[in-house]
Amino acid sequence: MSGIAVSTTINGDAVEFLCQAEETLLDVLRDRLGLTGAKEGCGTGDCGACSVIVDGRLVCACLVLGAEAEGSSIETIEGMADGDKLHPLQEKFLEHAALQCGVCTPGFLMAAKDLLTRNPDPTEEEIRFGLAGNLCRCTGYDKIVRAVQDAARVMKGA
Amino acid sequence: MADTGIGASVRRKEDQRFITGRGHYTDDLNRPGQAYAFFVRSPHAHARIKSVNTAAAARSPGVIGVFTGQDVAADKLGSIPCGWGVTQKDGKPMNAPPHMPLAADKARYVGDQVALVVAETYNQARDAAEKVVVDYEVLPASVDLAATAKKGAPVIHDQAPNNVCFVWGLGDEAATKAAFAKAHHVAKLNLVNNRVIPNAIEPRAAIGDFDTGDDSYTLYVTSQNPHLARLVISAFVQIAPESKLRVVAPDVGGGFGSKIFIYAEECVVTWASRKVGRPVKWTAERFESFLSDAHGRDHLTHVELALDKDGKFLGLRVDTTANMGAYLSNFASAIPTYLYGTLLQGVYTTAAIYCEVTSVFTNTVPVDAVRGAGRPEATYLIERIVDVAASDMGIDRAEIRRRNFIAAIAFPYQTQVALQYDSGNYGASLEKALTMIDYAGFEKRRKEAAGRGKLRGIGLASYIEACGIAPSQVVGSLGAGVGLYEAGQVRFDATGNVTVFTGSHTHGQSHETTFAQIVSDYLGVPFEKIEVVHGDSGRIPFGMGTYGSRSLAVGGSAIVRAMDKVIAKGRRIAAHLLEASEADIEFKAGKFSVKGTDRAKTIGEIAFAAYVPHNYPLSELEPGLDETAFYDPANFTFPAGTHVCEVEIDRDTGVVAVERWVAVDDFGRIINPMVVAGQVQGGVAHGVGQALCEAAVYDKSGQLLTGSYMDYCMPRAGDLPSIEVDTTVTLCTHNPLGVKGCGETGAIAAPATLINAIVDALAPLGVKHIEMPATSQRVWQAIHSAS
Repeated sequence: MSGIAVSTTINGDAVEFLCQAEETLLDVLRDRLGLTGAKEGCGTGDCGACSVIVDGRLVCACLVLGAEAEGSSIETIEGMADGDKLHPLQEKFLEHAALQCGVCTPGFLMAAKDLLTRNPDPTEEEIRFGLAGNLCRCTGYDKIVRAVQDAARVMKGA
Repeated sequence: MADTGIGASVRRKEDQRFITGRGHYTDDLNRPGQAYAFFVRSPHAHARIKSVNTAAAARSPGVIGVFTGQDVAADKLGSIPCGWGVTQKDGKPMNAPPHMPLAADKARYVGDQVALVVAETYNQARDAAEKVVVDYEVLPASVDLAATAKKGAPVIHDQAPNNVCFVWGLGDEAATKAAFAKAHHVAKLNLVNNRVIPNAIEPRAAIGDFDTGDDSYTLYVTSQNPHLARLVISAFVQIAPESKLRVVAPDVGGGFGSKIFIYAEECVVTWASRKVGRPVKWTAERFESFLSDAHGRDHLTHVELALDKDGKFLGLRVDTTANMGAYLSNFASAIPTYLYGTLLQGVYTTAAIYCEVTSVFTNTVPVDAVRGAGRPEATYLIERIVDVAASDMGIDRAEIRRRNFIAAIAFPYQTQVALQYDSGNYGASLEKALTMIDYAGFEKRRKEAAGRGKLRGIGLASYIEACGIAPSQVVGSLGAGVGLYEAGQVRFDATGNVTVFTGSHTHGQSHETTFAQIVSDYLGVPFEKIEVVHGDSGRIPFGMGTYGSRSLAVGGSAIVRAMDKVIAKGRRIAAHLLEASEADIEFKAGKFSVKGTDRAKTIGEIAFAAYVPHNYPLSELEPGLDETAFYDPANFTFPAGTHVCEVEIDRDTGVVAVERWVAVDDFGRIINPMVVAGQVQGGVAHGVGQALCEAAVYDKSGQLLTGSYMDYCMPRAGDLPSIEVDTTVTLCTHNPLGVKGCGETGAIAAPATLINAIVDALAPLGVKHIEMPATSQRVWQAIHSAS
């Protein structure tokens, strides 16, 4: 089929795909590449469920066109763990039960990873505001904040 | 089993797949040959559909089929039912107009489904939908809840004159009148329980998949109760018999009530998959969630509380107008009646109660259950009027509650409004909460805040919930169209693993973990060897699903009953293998042993013998170890507790900051404290959202002004404090686990708690009440109009 040829690196692997001009990066990840961890919660960049990291920057994949990803390096939830070894954030989300239905969780994990990259030692307030781009209807955010605090502590010691 | 059994904060089994992005939600699924659907929705709140011209859309690139209300009528599909018939005060049945899956005669709200376009790609379906030409005759809309039943308002359904669905009463009207006649003081309040939009983060989605080989359908759907979806789509909408319809609800991204209901979209894509001979997938865009997920609450209430000179509650009188929206959703009529009026006793000994509810239609999205459903509305009005009364009479707010609590020794307690509470200790929760927040030291904190120019307030609410719905015969007598038991199946395989099949559905509630904890505890099987299966009518015998905090109390109890059968059969097998009398076999910690001896068989060995019955009493016992139970509860369960919070209000901006939140709840026996804490925290956040920022707003013409996350304010991490959670325990007396339920209580307690705190903060300015949501604008106006 015809389409725009795009070369990217996704979770460390070289990935080439064809997409239509109107397809978002989220559409490409989910429908063409089978990476369904990122979710579409709103399609307008308000809920953060589709958060991925593009060239070191946290973005809503619903607001980026697939064709714009040319030459980019993309991190998604599927690449967060190192094989069977979970990322400290994933470990702490498990330990604290920082999720319930799980649909917003990949977005929160990517946003938290980005937050801790920029600010390895955040206060509770900085975590709450740092994750304010992500909506969760289940948890009341309490356990998410605890998990991120705890992960930050572990990652600093690592 | 202490580390993984009942009472342990076991890590959630389901989390491994979610934290690695490997969950399987409906929109993650795709079927071979799948086509995509887009719904044409009415842009008008009220309009006659004169004609629908689909010709241009049908010629649009990629289009496979376009369907209208006329096609639905031609195929004789049935109406989507309301499953709960309310008998009116005058003895007549409620007015229940039909709700066809695609509107043919009139569109009755903005978002009403008028046509369906199916195409090769989603964008092709969406583009073609713009070419469906609907000739609307726009009619005046009836949008205002207070005015819709008045003379001259536009009539929405011919079957409901004056737009009234029902007028319903509960309690003793004469006794209540007499109580008010002898009152020392009467507290009065008008209040609005604001309309909220559920907003599960996963939008609804459905894939209808018709198999031309055997004439059967599979529906993959975001549902809290797949068996009920099967029942409704089969028996009422009449798309296929139940034996030809499998409903699968895989991982579901939150429900909060909104995914209980069987919506037009799910019915139509199922039906359309046969029409086009392909699987048909529909996923709501967020704007569609706002415009078509059932909304919640939306009451106007006048409440009066009669008190004697000591502040004892003599009588409660409630008059409520409840919005049903444009059609009756599946459970809509039960919410402002049997889940609302029956809770007006609260936790108090109020001697006489009368409640009257007028339920009305408007040209708005249908209203049904949202987390708490009726019970938040009941708690809100009770706990607000109690605060008003305390303020009027100069009695401390904790003290007035103490004086009126049903005493811990008074159970079982027959309420004035039909329910019988089985257990509770309301004073214990109150005192613990007050200690945790240092209630006695509050005035010092208020003063300290005043020194910083802030208005600090403290608020509390002592709530009760009826959940674990419910005895089938009771709900049947009240008009419910279904039984409300639950099914559970416990299956050993030959190697000793256990698969549990439950009719409950988990969409965040952690059943895969907590149900496995119960099974591990009862059967002595390692937690890791237990799998919980839910959400598939093709694998699970039956189910009534998850809502109203019923999963553990009813679904968990069904599993216990199935395990009782497993143990009973195991005992007979063990007696045979151990050559002992069945009466001498005891079961403990996973072992069947002969009393007083060391002769024993593990339950794994028993399972092996049952599946490889070489040495087995085949003449008297069937092989296999696989038992099913249906559990119908004897009563509702009654979680209760007290929440307390403190707020600080900025005088200049009106911004309310929630500084502390303490929740002390009685849920009966707790299976997993970590999971329970999460349920409470999430519920509180939902209730804080309703009280502080969430509101569905319509303009006069019926356009939803809050149809996106930019316009409808959801609470975010920065808006909430840490939520401190503790418990007291009285066991439920009538289910085998002693459990009560915890999923909704936060949303029930929080709005009253928070508004009471805000009013307390503003009280020095003379403010007596503030409506929800207490946005900064509303609070700022209250500050300025007071001073």
